[in-house]
Amino acid sequence: MQTSAAEKIFVKGNEAVAMAALEAGCRCYFGYPITPQTDIPEYLARELPRLGGEFIQAESEIGAINMLLGASATGARAMTSSSGPGISLKQEGISYMAGSELPGVIVDIMRQGPGLGGIDASQADYWQATRGGGHGGYRIIVLAPNSVQEMYDLTMLAFDLSDIYRMPAMVLADSVIGQMKESVTPNPRPQTLLPPKEWVVRGRADGTPQNVVKSLYLGDGEMEAFHWKMHARYQELADRECRWEEVQTADAELIVTAFGSTSRIAKTAVAMAREAGMKVGLMRPITLFPFPKKAYAALSERCKLFLDIELSTGQMIDDVRLSVARDADVSFYGRPPGAGSLPTPEELFEQIRKNYRACA
Amino acid sequence: MKQVFTRPESLKDVATHFCPGCHHGSVHRLVAEALDEFGIRSETIGVASVGCSVFLYGYFDIDVIESPHGRAPAVGTGVKRARPDRIVFTYQGDGDLAAIGMSEIIHAANRGEDITVIFVNNTTYGMTGGQMAPTTLPGQKTSTSPYGRDVKKDGAPFKMAELLSNLDGVAFSARVALNSPKNVLQAKKMIKTAFRYQVEKKGFSFIEALSSCPTNWGMTPLDANQRVTDEMVPYFPLGVYKNTANL
Amino acid sequence: MPHIIIDETRCKGCGLCTIACPKKLVSMNDTPNSMGYTVPIFSGPEQCTGCSLCAEMCPDVAISVFKE
Repeated sequence: MQTSAAEKIFVKGNEAVAMAALEAGCRCYFGYPITPQTDIPEYLARELPRLGGEFIQAESEIGAINMLLGASATGARAMTSSSGPGISLKQEGISYMAGSELPGVIVDIMRQGPGLGGIDASQADYWQATRGGGHGGYRIIVLAPNSVQEMYDLTMLAFDLSDIYRMPAMVLADSVIGQMKESVTPNPRPQTLLPPKEWVVRGRADGTPQNVVKSLYLGDGEMEAFHWKMHARYQELADRECRWEEVQTADAELIVTAFGSTSRIAKTAVAMAREAGMKVGLMRPITLFPFPKKAYAALSERCKLFLDIELSTGQMIDDVRLSVARDADVSFYGRPPGAGSLPTPEELFEQIRKNYRACA
Repeated sequence: MKQVFTRPESLKDVATHFCPGCHHGSVHRLVAEALDEFGIRSETIGVASVGCSVFLYGYFDIDVIESPHGRAPAVGTGVKRARPDRIVFTYQGDGDLAAIGMSEIIHAANRGEDITVIFVNNTTYGMTGGQMAPTTLPGQKTSTSPYGRDVKKDGAPFKMAELLSNLDGVAFSARVALNSPKNVLQAKKMIKTAFRYQVEKKGFSFIEALSSCPTNWGMTPLDANQRVTDEMVPYFPLGVYKNTANL
Repeated sequence: MPHIIIDETRCKGCGLCTIACPKKLVSMNDTPNSMGYTVPIFSGPEQCTGCSLCAEMCPDVAISVFKE
């Protein structure tokens, strides 16, 4: 799309992801139809050829993730997208990418599960996304947009972080954000300093070292060393790349915490609470891995009550509780995925009211 | 006054979600007629796949397992190996069987599993809104082949009835269409033959049924039906490609 | 006399029956049913042979055929 930097456009969340990928220099996309993200492959089927890029609708999500692995190993910026069942299929491929220290962006527009589930919004794949959903004990970068603008900006960030830290990065949204339309400023690609990709497989010229992209470590102590290396890299991520949004937390006696589409509804409920005289704030993590533990810990030094709200029976709450430890209570309100399960602001306001108590 | 055309017993008396003019309903009915004819309704287990056919259990009055996308032949294999005394059929679309499920169908066919596979080919992914499928015709525009299927990049459409007929494990493979009364009656015969292979334990049977998809083709039901005649049948010829027991 | 009955609650107005009848006894009309589909009308009790080709074409099993 040719627009001037300042010109706003009105697009779907899914389209914003696709546009941002192209702006970020992604010229390889491999995907498969699955509701509610099919707009992404449809957009890229149309636009990638115009830019000389490669679009493949693979035979399955398994095919797609393995195509991503191959393209990434050559140094190309590549992306795939899917939803629950397809993300489950990709786990082996994602594990291989993590084990091979390959960058690559995986977009997950969450739908209801488990199994075939349904197509309405869900946040019940938080664990799958943040706990390294495949085998072997790895983690991937997980970014959680809550607006179409963030779908755009965080997709570009995903490519950068993925390249810098040599690991897969996931953009985690849901069918509400994927399908809704909002104004977007299509920001240009940031001028991020990226490390050179000396490790790519490229066909060696004489005298250059062989590059092998693999995840097999059979030598004595090799696998252990790899795990500690990744452990240190995850710590580096946590130290440098946490992102979150705070709203009116400075004097809050109850802090609502939510991510993605739930956080939008929660923001309205928090405003209603303030209107009613309650000192309520909102803490919204944007990086789900690395989880902004230190930010939560800092908040819990002053505020002793959090209300965690999710479209599930409670997954992010584990990370909230770990972060605040014994310094604060964490209440929960959940609307597990299902048609008709999006809470209203009034509903969340009621939960805030029930939980609110003036701090002693 | 006698009623000479009735709903088969194996087909529930309910309205379907299929679009006007979609041939899924016809194929459902013909399969149900086959189950009635052989009196096997109470012994039959259907394996539904993902796509417009996912609601099989709502329409067939038989036990049905919902299989992941493309995996129905593998699920069906598990059922038949555990209960060889049951009649097992899968019901799959072109994306399900020939894209994501290609490995599963090839291997189930190759093993010669004693199941019947009903394959509905409408050259598109129906449920998800009309994306390119493995059987999309050259030049056909879909939402993921906006410039038309390019054989050089996307490959040619798969001819599944022919492809499977080359496997030793396949006993019966035929292609039918529902676009005219004559073809419907021929399809009825072929579908019954396919089930007869299983009833008589004569091996793996496969039916490819050419179908229209008016909604995703952007056509009226009648125009879509005409496309089956004009474009699909020439590319996917009707006929019997394998009939090892000459049934 | 052979005749057909079209179940308006099942018909989706696809029109496939109209091309099936060898005597062109089924044609579309304008009146929508409760689902908004325009249901065809059967115009030929005198000429119908009960061949059932219309019923065979119908994807919705909306046609019943009667004969002596």
